[in-house]
Parts: sequence; C-alpha cells; structure tokens
Amino acid sequence: MENSILTIKNLDAYFGKTQVLKNINLSFPYKKVTAIMGPSGCGKTTLIRCLNRMHELTADADYGGSIFLGDVNIFEKNPITLRRHIGMVFQRPNPFPNMSIYENVLAGYTLNGIRLTRLERDSIVQDALQKAALWEEVKNHLNKKGTFLSGGQQQRLCIARALAVKPDIILFDEPTSALDPRATTHIEELIEELKKTVTIVMVTHNIAQAARVSDYTAFLYMGELVEYNSSERIFTVPKDKRTEEYLTGKFG
Amino acid sequence: MKEKNIRRRLIKDRLFLILIGVLSLTALIPLIFILGYIFRNGIRVINWDFLTQLPQPVGEETAGGIVHALVGTIIIIGLSFFLAVPFGIGTGVYLSENRNTRFSVIVRLCVDLLMGVPSIVVGIIAYAWIVRFQGFSALAGSIALSILMIPMVVRGTEETLNLIPPSYKEASLALGVPYYRTMLKVIIPSGFGGITTGVLLALARIAGETAPLLFTALGSNFLNVNIFKPMHTLPLLIYDYATSPYKEWHHIAWGASFVLVIFVLVLNIISRLVIKKWKIQF
Ligand SMILES: Nc1ncnc2c1ncn2[C@@H]1O[C@H](COP(=O)(O)OP(=O)(O)OP(=O)(O)O)[C@@H](O)[C@H]1O
Ligand SMILES: [Mg+2]
Repeated sequence: MENSILTIKNLDAYFGKTQVLKNINLSFPYKKVTAIMGPSGCGKTTLIRCLNRMHELTADADYGGSIFLGDVNIFEKNPITLRRHIGMVFQRPNPFPNMSIYENVLAGYTLNGIRLTRLERDSIVQDALQKAALWEEVKNHLNKKGTFLSGGQQQRLCIARALAVKPDIILFDEPTSALDPRATTHIEELIEELKKTVTIVMVTHNIAQAARVSDYTAFLYMGELVEYNSSERIFTVPKDKRTEEYLTGKFG
Repeated sequence: MKEKNIRRRLIKDRLFLILIGVLSLTALIPLIFILGYIFRNGIRVINWDFLTQLPQPVGEETAGGIVHALVGTIIIIGLSFFLAVPFGIGTGVYLSENRNTRFSVIVRLCVDLLMGVPSIVVGIIAYAWIVRFQGFSALAGSIALSILMIPMVVRGTEETLNLIPPSYKEASLALGVPYYRTMLKVIIPSGFGGITTGVLLALARIAGETAPLLFTALGSNFLNVNIFKPMHTLPLLIYDYATSPYKEWHHIAWGASFVLVIFVLVLNIISRLVIKKWKIQF
C-alpha cells in the first residue's frame, strides 16, 4: 500500500473482560479518506477511539498491540500532544455548554492557553465555520451559546472546532448521521477538500457515502477486521461473504 | 355510565388539588407568622444609628446600635467562606471524578456523617482544639462554622458535577487539553451555577449559627476587626440581649433578628439569581 501515516498492529481492545476488537491490523494512507464500516456494535467507535487514545479514558478499558504514527508507537507518546495532531468529531454532538459559538470554535486554542490576536481569532472562526458549512446560519449570532443550535448545527459546530486547530489527521465518527441531505453534501465536499492536506478516518453507516467519498474502506464485523481494500474494489468485488451480505443489506 | 365515571374522576381531581393546596397553605402559616412577628418587632428599632452605632449602657437616652455584631458577622461568615470553599469544592470535584474508589466511598461517608454532627458539638471540638490553646477568637469561630459548611459545599458540588455529561470532558481531552485544564476551564465552569448556589445556601445556613460561636468567637461589646480576638455576631447578640432582663435590649434583639433574616433572605435571592443567570443547558 502507498505510504501510510498511521499503522495499527495486532490491536486488541477490551471493556472489562469483554474483548471488542480482536487483533486488528490496518494502515491508513497519508492524505486519503478511509471509511470504516460495519454493523452497529461491531467496534467502529472503539477502533477510532484507540487512534487518539480516548479509549483508555473509559474506566475499565484496556488494550493490547501497537499503533504507529510515522515510526513512533502512540502508546509510548504523550496522549496530550498526540491528540493535538489527531482531531476527533464524536458520534453525538458535544459543543461546550459554557461557551458561545465563537468560543466553541476557538476552544482548541483557548483551553490550551494559546493566545491569539483578535484578527487571528476572527479569521480562524470564520474559516472553520465556513468549512463546516455553518457560517451562513450563525454569522449573526456568534455570541449565542453553542447548545442553542439544532442537533445538526451542533454537529457542524463540532466539526468546525476540530478543524480550527488544523490537525494532521481527523477522525469522524458518523459525522453526517444527524444532518439533512444538503448539509451532508456539504460535509462530503468538505472531506474531499480536506484530504488535500489532512488524513481522514471516517466511520459511516451510509454505504453510498462511503462509496462516494472514501478511497479505502475497512469492513469490521464483531470486532474483527473482515476486509480492507480500496473502496472501489470493496464495493464492486468484495472478497468476503460477510462484506457482500452487509453491502447488499442482508444484515446490519 | 361512562360520562358519570369521568365526572367522578374530575371531581376527585378537584378535591385532590384543593387538599394539597390547603396542606401547603397550612405549612406556610407558621412561617408567615414568624416572619411577620420579627418584622413587626424589628422594623421599629431599625434606623441608621442602629446599623452604625455601638450599644449604649442601659438607661441612656438612645439604645445605640449593633454595628459591632454586623461587622463581626460579615467578617466571620466571610472567613468561613474562604476556609470552606477550597476544601468543599476540591472534595466535591474529587468525589464526582472518582465515584467508586474505596477512598471516595470512605470520604463520602465521612462527609455525610459530618453533615449530621450537631453544630454545638463542632463548637466544643473547636473549643477543645483551638480555643484552649489560642484563646477565644473570631478565627476559631470561623473554623467551627467552616466545618459545618464544608459538607454542604461538597455535596452541592458533587451533585452538580455528576449531572454534567461526560461527553464534554471527552470533547476537551480530544482537543489535547490536559486534564487539569479540562476540569478548571470546562467542567467546573459548566457547573458554576450549581456550585455557587450550594455555597450561598450553605452560607445562609451558617449565618444564623449561635451554638458553635458561644465556645469560640465568644462575643465582644466593642467594634473589633482583629480576627485573633473575640468578636460579636448577630446570633450571639440576639442570644445575649434576648436573655437579658432589660426591655431596651429586647428591642435590640428583635432589631438584630430582623437584620439577620434580611441577610439570609438576600443570600437566598442572590442564589436564585445565580441559578437563573448561569443556568446551563446541556
Ligand atoms: N463504555 C463501554 N463499556 C462497556 N462496553 C462498551 C462501552 N462502549 C461500547 N461498548 C461495547 O463495545 C462494543 C463496540 O462498541 P462501539 O461503540 O465501538 O460500536 P460501533 O461499531 O461504534 O456501533 P454503532 O454503529 O452503533 O455506533 C459494543 O458491543 C458495545 O456494547
Ligand atoms: Mg459508534
């Protein structure tokens, strides 16, 4: 495979005694979009939460194996610096309730104590909100609390918040599941645009979406990586029977 | 038949409403009487001199005022606030962050026990541990009151923070924000309204405490702002003057009661405003 930025080696993940990921081996190519698909509960969220070491924050979570960012094992890195390079958009929108829309977008800077001039702040906010397709809707009330927005708007606000700090890799956990078709199209265009500079890992349930925007697709089933290939091949000639059944709607 | 049934139910509904209305009114009556009585007896001695003068000896023309107790109350309550808030909020944050460790279960139990310790017992403890060595002082009084206050602040903080969804913490950590900054800049501010309300209500509760102060702050007839010396407070003054044989002093006690009630009322109103202003929608 072409040069990859993130390589998963023999990854296992547990919640208490339940193993939810079983010996995953996978590498994410640089500046490409990789989709992760699979039926509900198969471990997609857990997988991407391992990538920025959010998984270990759950009380009884455990993991085994390694993940290489370049040639360093992220489990040997400081999780704080790691997370500044790997942004994440969660499955459920979670804008900060104590901050306005404007402050939410800048949270990655302000919470880390990074000082910016007024001009820099304004331009970061506008740029991130435009990319997240939210600017037109909120530009006149940037000082309202982020939690007053609708669910889909909140999700785009969270996307803007993740983009604002300009990470190298962005993890999207079903970013469009709460969005209407127009905003969805916009986010898909954004992902197309972003991959010129950023590596993207995207969990999605939407087969058509994965086919449209992803370069590679990984298919997970009950904690195992069943198949991983270029999206073109996965969607036209899946090798594994389970992938084929999932794609044709037999389960999931 | 069906029609009749519905009518019956509507009547029952109505009766039930009337019943709970009457019951809650009954609960209010003593309160209204108490407040009315304090108001009636207190308001006539209240004037500028009452709030700014020291008491006069019995038999003088003017009865004087309660400025020393007013200042003392503010100092002692303020000091208790600064002593109790860091420990209270710190413990509350700890308990909500570590819900099931053995240590936190023990701490929670201790806090609950402390909440149930009578205030006079706390006063005796402060007497035995501080006053016997250092003498009577406002500081000893504040320490006693802060011990009463801490469990309330802990519980208020813990309960407030428990309601904040963990997803905000995750959002912050995922941005590479260190844990301590996440707590200080996201979690505690999100619970600011609830925490502040808990603190204000705890202040209102201790503002009227007398028993622990009898052994500690003792009381004083002079205007004193030195926290290492005995100091007067409103409840102490009420206790002194109300049990004295002089009519004039009884009036002063009523006036002081009135001021104390207003003080507590103001704290309650402020906490209402805080709830409204900093109400955070999740
Ligand atoms: N905090 C947790 N504690 C215990 N088990 C968990 C926890 N979170 C998830 N699990 C379990 O881990 C498995 C994988 O969950 P995960 O959230 O990764 O699934 P998913 O593929 O993202 O599903 P969905 O498509 O519904 O989002 C599930 O069986 C789930 O029950
Ligand atoms: Mg998921």
